[in-house]
Amino acid sequence: MACASAQDPALERRVTNLAHELRCLVCQNQTIADSNAPLAVDLRNQIREQLAAGKSERDVVDFMVARYGDFVLYRPPLKASTVLLWVGPFASLIAGFYLLISFLRRRQIPEPQLSDAERARAAKLLE
Amino acid sequence: MKKRAWTLISTFGAFVALVAVLAVGLRLNPREVPSPLIGKPAPAFELPLLNEPDKRFSEKDLLGKVWIMNVWASWCPPCLVEHPVVTQIARSGMAPVVGLNYKDTRDEALPWLKRNGDPYQLIVFDANGRIGIDYGVYGVPETYVIDRKGIIRYKHIGPLTPDVVQKKVEPLVKELNAGG
Repeated sequence: MACASAQDPALERRVTNLAHELRCLVCQNQTIADSNAPLAVDLRNQIREQLAAGKSERDVVDFMVARYGDFVLYRPPLKASTVLLWVGPFASLIAGFYLLISFLRRRQIPEPQLSDAERARAAKLLE
Repeated sequence: MKKRAWTLISTFGAFVALVAVLAVGLRLNPREVPSPLIGKPAPAFELPLLNEPDKRFSEKDLLGKVWIMNVWASWCPPCLVEHPVVTQIARSGMAPVVGLNYKDTRDEALPWLKRNGDPYQLIVFDANGRIGIDYGVYGVPETYVIDRKGIIRYKHIGPLTPDVVQKKVEPLVKELNAGG
């Protein structure tokens, strides 16, 4: 049954695009498109079936989120529970730069305190 | 001088905060995906029984009862590990235990039960795993506690342990049975 619809290249492209957005829960760091876990195969078939039945990408994503939670999305939505995830890296980058700059500013090399005799000697050596 | 002290303190503070975030993050179990189904009605199904293919069972048949659904398969080694625990739950009579045989074949599942014992009140047969998808199953075994109104109250992913039963499943089932 999957083979019959696999001949529709436009549909296949939509299936693949969507499958790249969804996490394979068995293998976690792969998308459903990349994974060959049986569940990933099932979910790809599910996507294909639903798109072929005229459902939109949005409908399919909602279907997956209702069952597996936001975790299936490779791009999780911006919510109260995910703010740290979205803002955290940028915030720590900015904080890091701030600390680096303030550290560099403070690290001024003190002027060498030399007596006139020492200066004269140094000038002589440099000649 | 004061400014320098402040920078030191804030650098140290940032370091401590980062360590704290990473420490918490490393302790979280990435395999424990919180189920969005908790508090939602158990997805509807009507499936044939594993051992009596002409009989069917639907989740609605147990409305009014607190029950436990255990997803298992003969090809799943952890299911064998948790099998004594499932058997013990069923024997204790705390709640009916329904098996959902997931992506399995009768030829393998039935001998498996014969070898290891069949503690289930009944077993539904989800040959292609379609109902598993509705329940958000991604790694067998998984166990659900469903209340009298047919709402999923708890989900455990992975093999049940005596500890989980004692600390989570049993108290919850008791509470649900006592309450409305």
